[in-house]
Amino acid sequence: MDQKTKAYAGTFLIAAVLAVAPFAVGGAFGNTWVRVLDYAALYIILALGLNIVVGFAGLLDLGYIAFYAVGAYLYALLASPHFGLHWPAWAILPLGACVAGLFGVLLGAPTLRLRGDYLAIVTLGFGEIIRIFMNNLNAPINITNGPKGIARIDAISIAGQPLSKAIEIAGLKIPGVYLYYYLFVVLALGIVFVSIRLQDSRIGRAWVAIREDEIAAKACGIDTRNVKLLAFAMGASFGGVAGGLFAGFQEFVSPESFGLMESVMVLCMVVLGGMGHIPGVILGGLLLTVLPEAFRHGAGPAQQALFGKVLLDPESLRMLLFGIALIAVMLYRPAGLWPDARHRREMAEKKS
Amino acid sequence: MSALLEARGVGKKFGGVQALKDVTLTINAGEIYGLIGPNGAGKTTFFNVLTGLYTRDGGEVLFAGSPLRLGSPHEVTRAGIARTFQNIRLFGNMTARENVMVGRHARTGAGVLGAVFRSAAARAEEAAIRRRADELLHYVGIADRGDDLARHLSYGDQRRLEIARALATEPKLLALDEPAAGMNATETAALRVLVEGLRADGVTVLLIEHDVKLVMGLCDRVAVLDYGEKIAEDVPAAVQKNPKVIEAYLGGSVA
Repeated sequence: MDQKTKAYAGTFLIAAVLAVAPFAVGGAFGNTWVRVLDYAALYIILALGLNIVVGFAGLLDLGYIAFYAVGAYLYALLASPHFGLHWPAWAILPLGACVAGLFGVLLGAPTLRLRGDYLAIVTLGFGEIIRIFMNNLNAPINITNGPKGIARIDAISIAGQPLSKAIEIAGLKIPGVYLYYYLFVVLALGIVFVSIRLQDSRIGRAWVAIREDEIAAKACGIDTRNVKLLAFAMGASFGGVAGGLFAGFQEFVSPESFGLMESVMVLCMVVLGGMGHIPGVILGGLLLTVLPEAFRHGAGPAQQALFGKVLLDPESLRMLLFGIALIAVMLYRPAGLWPDARHRREMAEKKS
Repeated sequence: MSALLEARGVGKKFGGVQALKDVTLTINAGEIYGLIGPNGAGKTTFFNVLTGLYTRDGGEVLFAGSPLRLGSPHEVTRAGIARTFQNIRLFGNMTARENVMVGRHARTGAGVLGAVFRSAAARAEEAAIRRRADELLHYVGIADRGDDLARHLSYGDQRRLEIARALATEPKLLALDEPAAGMNATETAALRVLVEGLRADGVTVLLIEHDVKLVMGLCDRVAVLDYGEKIAEDVPAAVQKNPKVIEAYLGGSVA
């Protein structure tokens, strides 16, 4: 087989696996797990967005979930009985990307001179500000409905068919979670495509140059201000799209979904998978969505079988194991589970 | 000969220290202009002021007839001044070729849409960037190291790569900050050939250097800084005989 045939075969194989996955998973473990896959696709979109900011441009952002919140609330406000607006998803999602991108620039502009820890602290604050706004913007004018959140959001529909309802094709019943799965996977693939194209371009090189040495990057004629803002905007817009999808999928949003822990989770996906390496980030997103769920479902029964009773609350055990896993990965695979060749070499050299 | 760069009364203060005092000098197009002086004389400060890394406290700099803006290194690069650094600043985790390709940034324009959709124009530009990077690697003599990470290159090759990256920005004036520092005799000799080649190709060079032999042999004119002030500016032979220069370098009067 020559190179091209191989590439086509690989693409076909991936497409086949992705297409069959919900049926295989749903059939074997039930539709709850297809729902987990839906979330995995959402988190992969989020992680790829954060990867542009953290992985490519090297700007540590701890408030990334704010853009997810902006996208989600925009969808919720424009497609729910709350304001009586029922815009279609195809209009809201691109708008969500733009608005979140704008917020990215708003966050980026005052933090341009900051790097590393300082930037992390400011972005952390930004994430909290957005969440607190969502929590409190129910008075004097009720915009976000406060901590109660916004319910009865319209499901995402395509061609008049809401994805939350099962459809029947040739006698085959396809439940809503499957339909969402296909939508999210297609969009995630689109985001992967954009990420790959950006990485291997003039803009992508400028991001990496800033990460490597900002002063040298300036001396090369890179307008670091604009290029950094572009990274913030691009990353944020991915987050905005994911947020919109989340709102339409859940049909409910509340400030609780956008806490610091979520930001940390997405950052973990990027770091654990392999910063700046797209396949690694996808792997990180998938693992960190699926494994905790598997544990949540598995820990109780496992203890029951071993000791005859549940000794430790699965929820706290889950966090404990998650922490241990993080430490282990950072100790033994500091560049992430699946780093790109460049990072792997760098880390190997530091060790020796 | 026409003046390419004119610095008039440039000053720079760090707290109470006057690092540069009223420095006025003119660099003509096509020459190699040396800037020497004892340690701490303000050579690198002048460099950083010139390239926009520091904002100057006074005076003005005219480049190719128009004033340079303060404190914007990328605009200085776009205007046509490229530099290298005293302590080499490469993008260590990028390959040598990628380093030079970054240098093309200022002269190219593909944006996000071009990158995502790979328009014909963006593809052509990307190919041109790559071609030019390979040419420049060849020009400075490290064509075979293109795929190596920059930080894996030898010291001398890193210096060359930095020059290639600076040349990629199509400078009218190339400013080299102690390019021979830490080089052995063979590497210095090779560097000299490279800089002479640059002049032959029409690039004006501003050279800060400690290696007096190199400066005197290479430069058309030399300025000497001492305690932030210009104490001499002339052809090398005259500067060498200047009593003020001898005093600054040897610390005391020489009979």
